[in-house]
Amino acid sequence: MFYREAGQFKTSYIADSQIFPIRQDRIGMAILLAVAFVGIPLIGSEYWFSAILIPFLVFALAALGLNILTGYAGQLSLGSAAFMAVGAYAAYNFQLRVEGIPILLSFILAGCCAAAVGVLFGLPSLRIKGFYLAVATLAAQFFVIWVLTKFPWFSNDSSSGVISAQKIDLFGIAINSPVRKYLFVLAIVCVMALLAKNLVRSSTGRAWMAVRDMDVAAEVIGIRLMQTKLLAFAVSSFFCGVAGALYAFCYLGSVEPDGFSLDLSFRILFMIIVGGVGSILGAFLGSAFILLLPIFLDNVLPPLATWLHLPFTNATVSHIQMMLFGALIIFFLIVEPHGLARLWQITKEKLRLWPFPH
Amino acid sequence: MQFFLEVTLSGLLSGLMYSLVALGFVLIYKASGVFNFAQGAMVYFAALAVVGLMDKGWPMWAAIIGAFAVMVVVAVATERLVLRKLVNQPPITLFMATIGLAFFLEGLGPMLFGSEVRAINLGIVDEPIASIMDSFGIGISKFDLFASGMVIGLVLLLALFFQKTKVGRALRAVADDHQAALSLGIPLRHIWVIVWGVAGFVALVAGLLWGSRNGVQFALTMTALKALPVLILGGFTSIPGAIAGGLIIGVSEKLAEIYIPPVMQDMFGGNFGGIEGWFPYVFALLFLLVRPEGLFGERHIDRV
Repeated sequence: MFYREAGQFKTSYIADSQIFPIRQDRIGMAILLAVAFVGIPLIGSEYWFSAILIPFLVFALAALGLNILTGYAGQLSLGSAAFMAVGAYAAYNFQLRVEGIPILLSFILAGCCAAAVGVLFGLPSLRIKGFYLAVATLAAQFFVIWVLTKFPWFSNDSSSGVISAQKIDLFGIAINSPVRKYLFVLAIVCVMALLAKNLVRSSTGRAWMAVRDMDVAAEVIGIRLMQTKLLAFAVSSFFCGVAGALYAFCYLGSVEPDGFSLDLSFRILFMIIVGGVGSILGAFLGSAFILLLPIFLDNVLPPLATWLHLPFTNATVSHIQMMLFGALIIFFLIVEPHGLARLWQITKEKLRLWPFPH
Repeated sequence: MQFFLEVTLSGLLSGLMYSLVALGFVLIYKASGVFNFAQGAMVYFAALAVVGLMDKGWPMWAAIIGAFAVMVVVAVATERLVLRKLVNQPPITLFMATIGLAFFLEGLGPMLFGSEVRAINLGIVDEPIASIMDSFGIGISKFDLFASGMVIGLVLLLALFFQKTKVGRALRAVADDHQAALSLGIPLRHIWVIVWGVAGFVALVAGLLWGSRNGVQFALTMTALKALPVLILGGFTSIPGAIAGGLIIGVSEKLAEIYIPPVMQDMFGGNFGGIEGWFPYVFALLFLLVRPEGLFGERHIDRV
């Protein structure tokens, strides 16, 4: 009733292959974009922009990158934070060393640097897979952070490896206030999400999924394993690299190599598990969930404890948070392996049939 | 030369400590095909249980037995609440579930037993043995020697357990083929509890040894990260592989830490310490390119 698509006939291949074939989806997407670009900047507070919305978008982009690699191409990676670090430091260095380089160009180049590193550490995937590959990506995690710490050139001879992102401006407009940063990040994330969506719909995406589902069979039907896997690593690292650059330039402002720890990699992995492995929407839902959960706990747990007269410290909150993260991951893997995105899909199907359940 | 020998020896001894953690991984992988990322968290959890019970006034032997009981409870709970529900899921899903388990244990341990750093005193001092020091001029810590003795003892015990007991044979049968074992009447679920219990026991020993050397603290969870390259090198399914891998990683990492940074310093200038963090991984990876199944791993053949 809410979601009837009867009568929406397609009469051309172009109409049949558009991203949102159902009219309600198109309208919903348009409203969502209008709210994100126009509505939120009008009503949002600075705290919302700099503490919630910008990190949400940045992490969603990183999760999108990991989802391309893990969700679509089936190569488990525990090193996404390392590729973010490469992107952040590369963007910093392009801004620093190339006179008058446009910010967007340096972000794209930073993504390319991350993609190159990603391909390098993706090479073992040609001979090994599964757990072995997960360990190989851990090598990237530790090696990249070590290199960024030990070679002062990358951080422009800062003693501790900390970099402070330069001021950025886009076509003469200074991106300095939280609202402008938010709009800037939002625009980039929208473009890249569209790119990702189209990529996974294309023959490349289908080749990735074939490799994920069974690589030997994929090879037999004529998919070139090497190109497909390495392309997945490259694209995924490109996304993570741009996310890292945004993380440094628009979210934190100054970052150190240790900020891109294994912990961050795990958080991004959790985002795609909770949000939905192999789904673009899932990256956004998971990012929002993993980001908002600690904020929610910080606000809810201490009052709850005082109400129950329990001894409570900040350490307890962080312990409960870890337990909850762990339990949630297991819960999602058992109950809904396709994550929040699947729940949304089920909701849509129910609405389509309402009020008749069958 | 003497310095080289000393470094090699200390590498071998610390490598045995890595093997200990790797052993826990191998046990679970062999019997259930689960790559248990939570092994490091289990080491931390077991060590915390020991010091936590001692804080409550238990004597050490009782605390160790108590901690073992706690690890068995963890094993049973893991089987009931996680593994049983994820039967027949792809291995990667199970792997991610154990990451979740690791986070859960890392939060639960400090909640139950307190998060402040504490020491375990096993009564063995970490100082060079004087007689060896005098006659050969090589410093070998008494503690290292004791720890390696424990590791060797544990491995012999496990080997006996696997080869000679009925349960051990059942475990090997399950490792070979779940379904065949089931159809022979081997209760798969009990076997999983036993394996996780044994892995918990190995984690307890590792926790005691690592904890008395470095103190019981969150960094113990990192022992898992030390054990991963060992596994890759040795092969995921081989107990001798875990030992050999541990020794090789231990030695190569110590030698690399001593000899590579000065060379790099000459080339680039600056300080290049701390390559211990990534060297084992890169080393194991390069080895994988030559021999993807590791030193003693089984060659895997894919069928479509």
